[in-house]
Amino acid sequence: MSNTVQPGPSKAFVDFAGVGLRYGDENGTLALSGVDLAIEKGQFAAIVGPSGCGKSSFMKLATGLCPPSEGSIRVAGAPVTGPLKITGMAFQNPTLLPWRDTLGNVMLPLEIVQPHRSRLSSERAKYEAKARALLATVGLAGFENKQPWMLSGGMQQRTSLCRALIHDPQLLMLDEPFAALDAFTREELWAVLQDLWMLQRFTCVLVTHDLREAAYLADVIFVMSTRPGRVISTHRVDIPRPRTVQSTFDPHFNEIVQQIRAEIAQVRKENTAGIVAPQGAAP
Amino acid sequence: MSPKTERRLEKAAPWIVIIGLLIIWELVVLIFNPKPFILPAPSLVWKSFMDYREPIMAHAMFTLTNTMIGFAIGILVGSLMGIFIGSSRLVYAGFYPLLIGINSVPKAAVVPILVIWLGIGQPPAIATAFLLSFFPIAVNVAAGLATVEPELEDVLRSLGASKLDILRKISLPRSLPYFFASLKVAVTLAFVGAVISETLASNDGIGYMMLQAASQFRTSLMFAGLIVIAAMGIGAYLVCAYVEARMTGWATRKQAVMTGGG
Repeated sequence: MSNTVQPGPSKAFVDFAGVGLRYGDENGTLALSGVDLAIEKGQFAAIVGPSGCGKSSFMKLATGLCPPSEGSIRVAGAPVTGPLKITGMAFQNPTLLPWRDTLGNVMLPLEIVQPHRSRLSSERAKYEAKARALLATVGLAGFENKQPWMLSGGMQQRTSLCRALIHDPQLLMLDEPFAALDAFTREELWAVLQDLWMLQRFTCVLVTHDLREAAYLADVIFVMSTRPGRVISTHRVDIPRPRTVQSTFDPHFNEIVQQIRAEIAQVRKENTAGIVAPQGAAP
Repeated sequence: MSPKTERRLEKAAPWIVIIGLLIIWELVVLIFNPKPFILPAPSLVWKSFMDYREPIMAHAMFTLTNTMIGFAIGILVGSLMGIFIGSSRLVYAGFYPLLIGINSVPKAAVVPILVIWLGIGQPPAIATAFLLSFFPIAVNVAAGLATVEPELEDVLRSLGASKLDILRKISLPRSLPYFFASLKVAVTLAFVGAVISETLASNDGIGYMMLQAASQFRTSLMFAGLIVIAAMGIGAYLVCAYVEARMTGWATRKQAVMTGGG
């Protein structure tokens, strides 16, 4: 097993130990089985795998939206028992509220999460300034009072990112956030996300099927097998930051991408042949 | 045709159609000359209206009051019931069939029961208006609540939002367009309910007046009553459509605000 970080309260921020998830009753679909992984505080992790490997189930488990069928999950040193309040989430669909303008959408978490919730009415100006500043860092200054449908897909996704970050979450969970965007916008948003992360250093988990995206953004990439999903290998990406689109043409970058691609192709092939996938090798 | 005249024509179209129909109606009466108690000419209807405008307006006000009180209760009960059955799958499964059952009973058949409980006149008229109008509101609000995207709920749940938070921040605003769309249907049904009840058990109201006019073969007066009800119905509909456009403009986006659509 390439995952050498020992599970336990040591320094792992997100810690999965033997986690399995089965939907429905005992005969239900087994989405995840025996998942062990550890993500350090402030680390940018990516989870990649063939389709149907339970990437989205992983999201639900890590945020506490869904309890595991077996194993244990610890986030920030405490066992996860219900929805966490220290997370921000963004999805492939920006899921903005059409009746609120951009600023109102970004400020939504402040109306829910304590201690912001009780301070919001008395310190509205301060919070609004914060939201405006955050929008400005993703290049949306001047769009605060536009309704979501007036924004392009990329702008909506930037807004969604801001909404996920406005309450300074310790953990940012991203479920294929850029999958529905065109290639140029996607690369642009990689840079935006990297800037935000380098600035605030939250722990980030990116679920994606885009291997270049994973290699561009992540410090560590977990490769998952086909259903039931398990972590079959862990790759550390040691390309210096800030990474640029230029980095993606680097031979070392391509080497990493190629290796992961080969591993996923392998598990897909073995899955169709009905053979149990072996454990992958560490780079 | 220039776009400008086209737009003007579009605005005038409903009036052109109504006036055209009235002219055809008048011509048909002139040409075929039916007995006035079979089909009175529009001019005769107008004359009856002017002759009896005071009692007609008094009856109309009675009907309008009953309709609006019934409609108001319908909005209140309908939205609460919609929120109730829309917020939980279990409640939805339990109550929805009952709601369908209540709705499929012809309300004219319920009026005699209401009369036994409430007497005649205003109370059963209000009750019938309420019974007819709450259903579309409840069903629409429930549908709006039940169709919230799960991801949107996940965003809030992952922040630790309570059920009430999700209802206030997402589900309720999301169901507002459904609610306002249902108001347009509900208000016309409320008129139907009030008039049915007045026809069966009342000494006031347009429904009662029409029944009296019918027993005396004063057909032109019946038509005058019909037109007054129609005018009130259209007026109430337009008010609801206007409120809808004002409150939930985000749902119709850049489309022109249509007062007659939907």
